[in-house]
Amino acid sequence: MSTAVDMPRFVRAKQVEALPPPNLARGPIAWVRENLFSGPFNTVLTLVVLYLLYITIPPLVRFLFIDAVWTGTDRAACRADMGGSEAGACWAFIREKLGYFTYGSYPVSEHWRVDVFFALLALGVGWLLWLKAPRRDLGAVYFFWLFPVLSYIILTGGNADFSGRFWLGFLIFGALLIALFAFVAAILKTSLRPALIVGGGIVAVIGITLALIDMDFDLQPVPTSLWGGILVTLLVATVGIVFSLPFGILLALGRRSKLPIVRMASVIFIEFVRGVPLITVLIMANTMLPLFLPGDLTVDRLLRPLVGTALFASAYMAEVVRGGLQAMPKGQYEGAMSLGLNYPQMMILIILPQALRIVIPGIVNTFIGLFKDTSLVSIVGIFDVVKTIEASRIDPNWAAPTISLTGYAFAALFYFIFCFGMSRYSLGVERRLAAGQKR
Amino acid sequence: MQTVVSQTPPPKKSFLYDPKVRGIFYQVLLIAVVGYLFYMAANNAIENLRRARIASGFGFLENTAGFDISQTLITFSAAGSTYGDAFIVGLLNTLIVSAIGIFFTTILGFIIGIARLSKNWMVAKVAMVYVETLRNIPLLVQLLFWYIAVLGTLPQPRNSLDMGAGFFLNSRGLFMARPIYAADAWAIPVVLLIGLVGAFVYRRWAKVRQERTGQQYPVGLVTLGLVLGLPILTWIVLAVIGANPISFEMPKKGTFNLTGGMQILPEFVALLLGLTTYTAAFIAEVVRAGILAVSKGQTEAAGSLGLKPGQILRLVVIPQAMRVIVPPLTSQYLNLTKNSSLAVAIGYPDLVQVFMGTVLNQTGQAIEVVVITMGVYLTISLLTSAVMNIYNRRVAIVER
Repeated sequence: MSTAVDMPRFVRAKQVEALPPPNLARGPIAWVRENLFSGPFNTVLTLVVLYLLYITIPPLVRFLFIDAVWTGTDRAACRADMGGSEAGACWAFIREKLGYFTYGSYPVSEHWRVDVFFALLALGVGWLLWLKAPRRDLGAVYFFWLFPVLSYIILTGGNADFSGRFWLGFLIFGALLIALFAFVAAILKTSLRPALIVGGGIVAVIGITLALIDMDFDLQPVPTSLWGGILVTLLVATVGIVFSLPFGILLALGRRSKLPIVRMASVIFIEFVRGVPLITVLIMANTMLPLFLPGDLTVDRLLRPLVGTALFASAYMAEVVRGGLQAMPKGQYEGAMSLGLNYPQMMILIILPQALRIVIPGIVNTFIGLFKDTSLVSIVGIFDVVKTIEASRIDPNWAAPTISLTGYAFAALFYFIFCFGMSRYSLGVERRLAAGQKR
Repeated sequence: MQTVVSQTPPPKKSFLYDPKVRGIFYQVLLIAVVGYLFYMAANNAIENLRRARIASGFGFLENTAGFDISQTLITFSAAGSTYGDAFIVGLLNTLIVSAIGIFFTTILGFIIGIARLSKNWMVAKVAMVYVETLRNIPLLVQLLFWYIAVLGTLPQPRNSLDMGAGFFLNSRGLFMARPIYAADAWAIPVVLLIGLVGAFVYRRWAKVRQERTGQQYPVGLVTLGLVLGLPILTWIVLAVIGANPISFEMPKKGTFNLTGGMQILPEFVALLLGLTTYTAAFIAEVVRAGILAVSKGQTEAAGSLGLKPGQILRLVVIPQAMRVIVPPLTSQYLNLTKNSSLAVAIGYPDLVQVFMGTVLNQTGQAIEVVVITMGVYLTISLLTSAVMNIYNRRVAIVER
C-alpha cells in the first residue's frame, strides 16, 4: 500500500544564507528610482520632460529675473543700442506705469478715493469669504447694498443733486407702494403689520440710498471716462458678482418653477446667453443699448459693458444654482411644506441656505470665469488692466523690444494671483464641506 | 374596522389663496412687464433709427462690401463681393479655426489629462503646473502674448526662413505649396470613400466572425491599408501612367516678397496656438475626472478575467470613462468655438471681426448684424447640445 515511503526526498539540513536587504527601499534615491525611472518607458518619459524643462525654464528665468532691468526712467534702460540691456524683461516700465495700471487716468490728487474703494471691497470680500467671520448676514447686507452705494459715491463723487420735485415724486411713490401693500393685505385678510413693515422697509432702503447719493460730501466729481486699470477690472468683476448672484438665483428658481411661462422665459434667457460668446454680448450692449433707450437718455460708456457682463454671468450662475437646487432631496421641500411654509419662506429659510452651501465651489468657479472674462471689456474700448497695458506698450517714451512681453507678463501675473487664490479658496471650502458630509 | 369619513366640508377660502389663480396672476404680470419692456425698446429703436437715418432690413447683405479680407476660403474681392459674401467668409474662417483647434486641443488635452494621472512624479507635476497656469490666465492675455511672441520672432519677408519642401516662414505668415487639382483628381476621394466603406464592412465581418469562432483578424492593419494605402496607391498608379491628379504650386522667393503658394496668416497661427493650449488645460481636467470616475473594481475585475493591461484600458476603462468625459468635452468644444471670437483682438478675420466689426461699422445696422451673428453661434450651440442629448440617451446606464 504505502509505496512512497522509501522514495528519496530532499530535506533542507542547513540554514540558507539570508538575502541581502533590498538596497535603498527608502530615501531619496529609491524614491527617484521608483517614481522617475521605474521602467524603460518611464525613463524615456522623464528624460523627455527634463529636456522640455531644460529648454523652457532657464530662458524664462533669465528673461524674467536674471537679465531683467529693474530700474530706469525711460526706454534707454531697456534698449541695448542706448546703453541698456535688451535681453530681459523691462520691469522699470511696470514700476513707472504702475500708477496708470492701477488707477487709469483718475486724477492723482483723488487716488485716495480709489484706495478707499479697494479697502471697502477687501472688507466685504473678507467678511463673506471667511466662513467663521462674525455676523455674516450683516456682511451680506454690507456687500450687496451698503458697499455698492458707498463705492458709487466715493468713486463718482456722489452729490447727484436731486431736485425738490424728485423728492416729492419719491414721497408719493413711497406712499403709493405702502398703500398697495396694505391694500393687498386687506383683500387677502391677513394682518396689516407685516405688510406695512415690508413696504416701509423697501421704501426706506430706496430712500436711504437716494439720500446718500444726493448728499454733498464735497468730493470732486470724476467722470467714468477717466477710470481705468485695476480699478475698472475689479469694478467690472464686483458689479458682475454683486448682480449675478441674486439674479442668477432668481433665474434658477424660475427655471425650476411649476409655472410654464416663468419657466420658459428663464430657459430662453439662460440658453440664449450661454449660447453666444461674451464679446458679442458686449458689442450688443455697446451698439444696441443706446438704440433701445429714449433718444435723450445716454448710457454711460462704462455702464454698457457692466450690464453686459452682469447679465452674462447671471446665466452661468443660474445653472450652478440650479445644480444645487436639484441636489436637494425632495424630503426637504416636503418637510418645509408640511410645516406650512409658503414658497418664499420655504426657499429662503430651508432650501436656498442648503443648496447655495453645496454649490459654493461652483459659484467661485463662475467668479473665476467672470474675473477672466472682464478682460474682454478692453475690446469694446474700456480701459481695464489689459487696455491700459495695450495703451502703455506703444508709448514712444518706452519703445523697446521687450516692453510688450513685459506688459503681458505683468497682466498674466495679476490675473493669475486673483484666479489662483479664488480656486484655492474653493478647494478649501470643498474639502470642508466634504468633511461635514463624512460620517 | 370603521372607516372615518370626514363630514365637515373644507373651510371656504378666498379664491386669492388658490395657487392656480396666483400662478396665472404671476405669469400675466411677467408677460405684461416683459411685453412692455420689449414694446418700449422696439418703439425707441424705430424712433432712434429714423432719427439717425439708418436703413433697416436685411437688404444690406446684397450691397457691395468694398473692403478686403486677409484670409478668404472662397473668392472674395472688395469690388465684386457683397456683405453677404463677407459674412460667409467670416463664418468659414471661424469654423476652420474652430475645427483645427478642436482637433489639436483634443490630442493635447488627452495627453495632459493622462499625464496628470501618471505614476511618474515629474510628468504629473509638470502637467499640473501647465493646467493651473493656463486655466488662471485670461485667454485674451494669452492670445496677445502668442501674437507678439509669434510675430516678434519671425523675420521680414525679404529674409524669409527657407524650411525646405516649399515651406517658407516670415512675418506675413507660413507659406507652403498650394495643391492644384487636375481634371481626374476626383478619382482619389472616390477611392478613399470605397476604402472607408470596405474598412467598415470588413470590421463588421471580423467582429461577427470573432464572436462566432473566437478567431481574431488584423482589423487595424487592414483598416489602415484600405483607408490610407488605397488612395496613395491610386495616386502613384495615376502618376506613373502620366495623369498626375494633384500637382503643387511652390511659393517663389522674389526680392521683397514671396509669390504663389498658400499662405497661413500669423494671426491664424497665434489664435490657433492660444485656443489649443488654453482649452487643452480644461480638457485635461475633464479627462482626468473621467478616468478617475471608473472604479478600481472594474480594472481589477477585467484583470481577473485575464485581459492584458492594454485590453483593460481599451475595452473596459475607456468606454466607461467616455460616458463621463463626452458631455463636458463637448461643452469645451463649444467654448473653444465661442472663444474663437476673441480673434477680433488680434485681427484674425473671423465672424465677429468681419461682420460685427467692419460690416457693422460700415452699415450701422446694429440690430440686424447682431441678430445674425448671435443666431449663428446660437445655432451651433443648440445643434451641439441636441446631438449631445441623443448621445447621452444612448450611452446612459440602463438601470434595473
